[in-house]
This record gives sequence, structure tokens and C-alpha cells, in this order.
Amino acid sequence: MENNISQTDKKVERRSFLKKLAILALAPIAFGFLGSTDKLKTIKKWMLENGYVPNNHKWGMGIDINKCIGCGRCAVACKNENNVPQEPFFFRTWVERYRIYEDGDIQVDSPNGSIDGFENWRTNKKMLRSFFVPKICNHCENPPCVQVCPVGATFKGEDGVVLVDSDYCVGCRYCIQACPYGARFLHPETHTAEKCTFCYHRIVQDKLPACVEVCPTQARVFGELNKKASPLVRFLRMNKIGVLKPSLNTEPKVYYANLDMEVK
Amino acid sequence: MEELIQHLTPILKEIWGYIFPNEIELHWGILIVLYPYLTGLVAGAFILASLVKVFNVKELQPTYRLAMLTAMSFLIVAPLPLLAHLGHPEKAYEILITPNSASAMAMFGFVYAWYLMAVLCLEIWFEYRRDIILWSQKETGIKKWIHKIVSLFSKDISEKAIHFDKKWVKIITIIGIPSAFLLHGYVGFIFGSVKANPWWSSVLMPIVFLFSAIVSGIAMVLVLYMIITPIRGKQLDILCLDKLASYLFYVMIIDFSLEALDFVQRVYESEESIKILAYLVSNKLFISLVVIQLFMGMLIPLTMIALIKIFKSPPDLKKMVYFISAILVQVGIFSTRWNIVIGGQLFSKSFRGLTVYKITFFGLEGFFSAVVIFCLPFIILYILTKILPPWEEVRNP
Repeated sequence: MENNISQTDKKVERRSFLKKLAILALAPIAFGFLGSTDKLKTIKKWMLENGYVPNNHKWGMGIDINKCIGCGRCAVACKNENNVPQEPFFFRTWVERYRIYEDGDIQVDSPNGSIDGFENWRTNKKMLRSFFVPKICNHCENPPCVQVCPVGATFKGEDGVVLVDSDYCVGCRYCIQACPYGARFLHPETHTAEKCTFCYHRIVQDKLPACVEVCPTQARVFGELNKKASPLVRFLRMNKIGVLKPSLNTEPKVYYANLDMEVK
Repeated sequence: MEELIQHLTPILKEIWGYIFPNEIELHWGILIVLYPYLTGLVAGAFILASLVKVFNVKELQPTYRLAMLTAMSFLIVAPLPLLAHLGHPEKAYEILITPNSASAMAMFGFVYAWYLMAVLCLEIWFEYRRDIILWSQKETGIKKWIHKIVSLFSKDISEKAIHFDKKWVKIITIIGIPSAFLLHGYVGFIFGSVKANPWWSSVLMPIVFLFSAIVSGIAMVLVLYMIITPIRGKQLDILCLDKLASYLFYVMIIDFSLEALDFVQRVYESEESIKILAYLVSNKLFISLVVIQLFMGMLIPLTMIALIKIFKSPPDLKKMVYFISAILVQVGIFSTRWNIVIGGQLFSKSFRGLTVYKITFFGLEGFFSAVVIFCLPFIILYILTKILPPWEEVRNP
């Protein structure tokens, strides 16, 4: 009888020990989880207090290639607005120049992302067509960068904007590899991934992204995708639209009017 | 930051064609080349060891324990290059506590932990348990205690217990084979699943990784066995060497066929990226891919081993050929990793230009750091062989 009791005691002891062990093992995971949700809550609270409800928006951008004159103001404004390092290796937005010659030769360049202006190369070849293409993060509906991020530091908000939480980013650079558009870079000082946020700090205050604001020809149109009255919806209605690398099924929310087949 | 700018500025002049401005900085350097190379050796050495236990290849018995310890030493070091290349190594734990379940990379911690704890540690423990207990009975001082701790203070060496050990070694090996496939196939998936990169994006990638891993693992154990045995003043077991070389040969044939299939498929499909990839292979990667990976690392060893097998040769010639082949294979497989990791970043995703990779020498992500990380497994292996000697003669009958 006594033996029996001590055996049950042992069983109970073992059970409680295993329980404690499980709690001990799971505790850091739980803390991590609570920590992350907590942080999201504070951001959300700030936005709601300021009258911004992410769920009510769905942002996108339209770019009319025929209107871009390659002045590079957008790239300059973006660097200033978002503290992007000035060196020619880090860009949230840039402008490419395409020159397609009659002999089939194609030249593409973007000196310092268009900030330094474009040189006029002398050539005897006859030009077939030429145009400028502003590039920016496509804020894909189906973003490969978000899929691959091991810690969930980069995410797509309820308003469709793809953002990076630099407090979480471990700097593995998998997202940079996964982005088909070369829209990401590693910030040389913070060592975390960086990209266009549609100037999130501005759009939550009902302002336009810096690149859109400064564009002298209104080649860039920013706005709501789900509201009929938005300038972006009008842009989509009035133009023939293309997106970059549609075969990759990333579903970009940056829409190009008069996109050329040579643009990748 | 200034160092980085100084590193990047001269690259601007070496760019061919047009690349996106953010692509000038090449993000995954020599450390990420090292990572699949190291995990490949782990998986390969383990598969070799499993030939003895699961498929009863008796000739390979002399290398069984050495292969297990080799796998262990390389596995311990495998996460280091990953850790060193992170922008924030101090935050690496986040991958374990708040993993993104959609991310292939986030699974690393779990695959790694499973392989280390559930497969390698357990198998080595069951395999060595009886010997450790017997050694500790004869020893004195610190060695006795080390062995007592390693045996987890178990004492039972009854026939029943030994039978139990043997049974479990077999079970773990059977679980271990798919686990090794998972460990390295998964590394291949990290690259193969990047649809933005046509050089990586291939459904064959995990399988090619796996077979090249087995090739490198067998070759590494062969080299280690051939170096260590004479140093210990013992005779090389030629039957064992013959068998190792045969397996190396067969797996290389499979590996070669897979890579050839991948190549043919790419050329035949001729997708949008084919022009830039062809230019990449015939220019930037010509030496490392065609000369080193294909000729030195694959065709020459294959031909040499085949000739040795066809014409009956004296043991000394055999040994020399095996050794040289295995070394060439190592160089070839390292080159394979290089061509995948670095090659995949040399061309622009605009498919209009190529960049260059300038290796840095100092710093956490530099060449010397890679050399140190590469040497570590051998030091760990040395220590492991002191604690758990894998030699046949110290085995208790």
C-alpha cells in the first residue's frame, strides 16, 4: 500500500516536472509572441488616434512613362525625405533611361539613379524610340520579400503597403534576393533592410509621397485603389496599363501607362 | 559605412551593361558560399555512415565512426557563417522565437536542432555507449569523468542493453537518412524557391544540392581517413578505400546527370533570362564553373577512378588516385557552391548587365573569417576523436 502511494507520488512529481519543463521551453516563444503583438498594438493605437484607419485604405501608384522627363527630382526628394544615404548605391526610387536604336541595340542607364542627370551620348546610330522609366517598390499584393523574411520583419499592412520593421530585421538580406525589382537595399548604418514605404509617415497624415509631390509633370499619381473618386482609379480607367514582370505573379500595385516591352 | 562606400565605388567602373542601382552591393558573399558547403559535408558524411548500418556495407566499417564524428564537427560549425553574415547577429534568436512560417529560412533552426539533437547526438551516444562505459572503468582522473558524463552516467552493459543500443542505432539511422535529405535538400530549397532569380529558381535545386552533398561528404571522409590513418601509424584498409571510391563514383554519376539535365532543360526552354545567363557562364563563371567545377571537380576524378577500376592497378597507385580525386572533388564542390551563390548575384534582375564580386579580406564577412570558420570543424573533429576515438582497435570486442 505504502509502496503504491509513493509510486503515485512519483508519477505526480514527474508530471508536474514535465509541465514545468514545457512551460520553461515555451516561455520565450510566448514572450516573443506577446512582445510582437504588443508593438503592433502601439503603432495601431498611434494611427487610430491620428484618425488613420489602415483598413479603410488600399494604396497604389500610377506612373505615366510618356510624362516622365527624367529630371530625377523624385529620386532627390526621396533621399532627403527618408534619410536615404546619398551615395549612389542606395535608392528607394530611381529613374532609368531607355534608348532603342534602329539596329536593335538597346541602351539603358541610370547614373546615380538619375540624380546626376543623363549624359547625352553622341552616336551616329539612328534612334527608334527613347523614354524614361521611374522605378519604385511595387508594393506587390503577393510580395516575395514578405514571404521569405525569416522573422516577419517585413510585412504587408492592411492598407496594402509593404513595410519593414527595422527593430525586428536581423539583416539576413533574403528579402533583397527575393525582390525581382531590385527595390531593396541594406541600410549601411542600421544594417537592416530598407525600401520605399510610399512615404508612410506622410500618407497617414493625408499627404502625398515626396516623389509624387515634387514631380513637375505629374508623371506619378498616388491614391486609393478602392475608391472610385480617387485620381489613381481615374488613371487606371483612362490608360492602357502594364505592370513589371507580370509572369512572376507578384501582382504589383504600381501601374505603368505606356509601358514598353523592353522595361524589366 | 565609409569602408563600404570605398569598397563599392571602384565596382561602379567594372559593371557591364545595366544593373539596378541597388544591385551594386553584392549581399551574399563567401560566408554564404561556405554555409551550403559545410551542411553538404554533414549530410554527405551521414549518408556514408548510414551505408554501414542500414545497408550493411561491411567494407565501410572502418570509416563509420569517423564519418559520424565528421558530420558532427561540421554540423556544429554550420550555423556560424550564417550568424556572422547577419546585419544583426544579436537578434538571431528571433528566427527561433518568432519565426515566419511562410519563410524557408525560418525553418533553419528547427531543421538544424532536429538533426543535431534527434539524429546525430542520439546515434553517436547509442553507438558509443558501451565503449564509453568500458573505457571509463579502466581510466582514471579527468578522462574517466569526461567519459562518465558523456555516457550520462549509464552503467548497464548487459546483453539486453547492448541489443537495445544496436536496435536504436539502426532506427535512428533510418530516421536520419530522410533527415539528412531534409537538412540539405532544404538548403537547396532556400535558393531554388527564389523565383526572382532564374539562376537559382529550379525545382531540381534541392536534389542537385543533395547529391553534390553526398559526393562531398564521401570525398571528405575519404581524405580524412587517408590522412589520419598513416599519421596514427596504421595500415589503410584497401577494401574500404575501394568501396568508398566506388560509391563516390556512382554518386558523382548521378550528380553529373542531374546537373546535365538542369543545363539541357535551361538551354532547351531558353527563357527570357537565357542570354544573360549564357553570358554569365561564358564570361564571369568560365573559370569557376567550366574549368574548376566541371573539368577539375567532376570529369577528371570520374575518368581517373574509372580507369583505375577498369585496369587492375597496384594498391599504391590506387591510393594516390583516390586521394587526388577526393581532393579535386572537394575543390569542385566548393566551386559548385560558389557558382550557385555568387553566380546568382552577378547578373542583374534587369537581365541587362553583370556586376563583379570583390572579396574583402578582413571583417566578419571577409575571407579570413571564412578561413577560420572552415578550419574550426577540423579542430572540433580532433577534440572529438580524443574524447570518442573512432578507431577500430580501441573498440571493445
